[in-house]
Amino acid sequence: MAAERPAVSLQDVHRHFGDVRAVDGVTLQIRDGEFFALLGPSGSGKTTCLRLIAGFDRPTAGRVELFGAPADHLPPYERDVNTVFQDYALFPHLTVGENVAYGLTVRSVPRAERERRVAEALELVRLPGVGARKPAQLSGGQRQRVALARALVVRPRVLLLDEPLGALDLKLRQQMQTELKAIQERLGITFVHVTHDQEEALAMSNRLAVLNQGRVEQIGTPAEVYESPATAFVANFVGVSNLVQGPLAEALAGSPAAFTVRPEKISLLEAGAAAPAGCCTVDGRIQDVVYLGPHTRYVVEVAGGAPFTVLEQNRERTSGDVQAARGRPVRLAWPRDANRPVGGAS
Amino acid sequence: MRRLALLLPPLLWLGVVYAGSLLALVSQSFFRLDDFTGQVVRVPTLATYRQLLTPANVDIAVRTTVMAALVTVADVVLAFPLAYFMARYAPPRLKAVLTLAVLLPLWSSYLVRVTMWKLILAREGVLSWGLEQAGLTPLLDRLLALPVIGGPSLSISPIGAFLAFTYVWLPYMVLPIQAAIERVPRSMLDASADLGALPARTFRDVTLPLALPGVAAGSIFTFSLTLGDFVVPGALGNSSFFIGQAVLAHQGTAGNIPLAAAFTVIPMAVMAVYLLLARRVGAFDAL
Repeated sequence: MAAERPAVSLQDVHRHFGDVRAVDGVTLQIRDGEFFALLGPSGSGKTTCLRLIAGFDRPTAGRVELFGAPADHLPPYERDVNTVFQDYALFPHLTVGENVAYGLTVRSVPRAERERRVAEALELVRLPGVGARKPAQLSGGQRQRVALARALVVRPRVLLLDEPLGALDLKLRQQMQTELKAIQERLGITFVHVTHDQEEALAMSNRLAVLNQGRVEQIGTPAEVYESPATAFVANFVGVSNLVQGPLAEALAGSPAAFTVRPEKISLLEAGAAAPAGCCTVDGRIQDVVYLGPHTRYVVEVAGGAPFTVLEQNRERTSGDVQAARGRPVRLAWPRDANRPVGGAS
Repeated sequence: MRRLALLLPPLLWLGVVYAGSLLALVSQSFFRLDDFTGQVVRVPTLATYRQLLTPANVDIAVRTTVMAALVTVADVVLAFPLAYFMARYAPPRLKAVLTLAVLLPLWSSYLVRVTMWKLILAREGVLSWGLEQAGLTPLLDRLLALPVIGGPSLSISPIGAFLAFTYVWLPYMVLPIQAAIERVPRSMLDASADLGALPARTFRDVTLPLALPGVAAGSIFTFSLTLGDFVVPGALGNSSFFIGQAVLAHQGTAGNIPLAAAFTVIPMAVMAVYLLLARRVGAFDAL
């Protein structure tokens, strides 16, 4: 491909419902063939963005382009884009086979080819042999796979996934994450995945956009977004961060500009212990201890700032050890280069 | 135990009072009336059913069933667009107004509404007068001169009964269809469009099949209510009997309870066949 044309391009897109600005000036480019996640809390406008890309909704202002061509006025049935719905939206009166075949039937694909492609699609989602059943006879996870097969069978260039794993339990969700990723890599088409689960977004996507209140907070690779959050919102929504600002920031970093530190970067030292060179140190007292199995979360109150959250692996400590730490004075230390400046500190 | 207690009152009511009287009714149809004494002979026999199969009685059954079928079709045709509009397009306030408009007639007595149709349809009624003013009387006369559906006046003709039936049962068709269409999730329509279906195709392949249980539910009302009704044809003054009138006449003036009971078996049998057919064509698949 000579000129890199984005698969999906939103340019200053707005979608207002009365006074509510569900999408409030979103600009983003999704590259052809990438796994892109739209991450945000509920009400952040991520699903509305998806509906604008699918064509179920039209922008109040701004441009939507698919593969370089304006798409604002194309109805969904004229877009090379298919959707896996949050509630799967399988047709209850049709069998699984008829559901998967729906897009082919509508396009008048000959019967023999239709049957072959339906079988292939069910094979792809590892659900062969259920074609004759009704959706109601399947489990939630199976229905999700059928919805995926139904969207993929028409060979879209972009697949939109609207929180497809939200209704599944943890084990199944993790398994489907891996499978979705494998399917995407195998087909090489663009996936746009809407989710409120930051772990899911980090685990699956090549790049992600973090949305908040209808605006893009940051776009980048998972590593960029996690390690260099552009705003205080991103720092707190993607993982947990300690926001340091005001006098404490000045004392630690020499400038009142707010910065964040990830909890796993901080070490708990004995009170008064000497910290390695190049570290920030703060003295405090352990206020709360949450034992999480492989690691422990400590909440440490410090003078002159909000309490710090610290995450430590339980390599040698037992649950009894960590519980006994409650109330103990400690010194927090972390490398100075773990500090991340934030723009929009609250 | 406590859960069973919830079922007890309705079970007593439906099981004993309803099913019991139904059983008593059906068993009556296997007795016969002694023509000489006028007494019911309580010996099991099929004589009454033989009597039911005489041409005059078969005529009544066919007339009623055909009427019920036509009324049902007309109500579906009228109710579907209205229900569709209410479920899909009407803004909340308009929807409330339309729902009220559909339900309001049910607040007034059924007898009053049927009598009102007499005033509309009678030879000296509003409709004839209006047609006369419009110079359309010859058209009405030609309509009434038609065999089978014609008659001395609109009110007495099967056309009149058809109009009144279609009117009185319409709400029972609108509401279930509306509920069924409202239950179709937005995402299913989106999914259909997403997979390439034009709106007309989505309507045919998704909305219509999913609304079918509503149509079936409504048609059970319109069909069975017409099959058993004696008020509409009676009040309008139709000279040819419907099943309901035959039952009324046989159990009342003629005192022929067995034949009246046998007549009531017809609507039950017709409804059973109707429901089986509806299931066969998949009307309940989406339930």
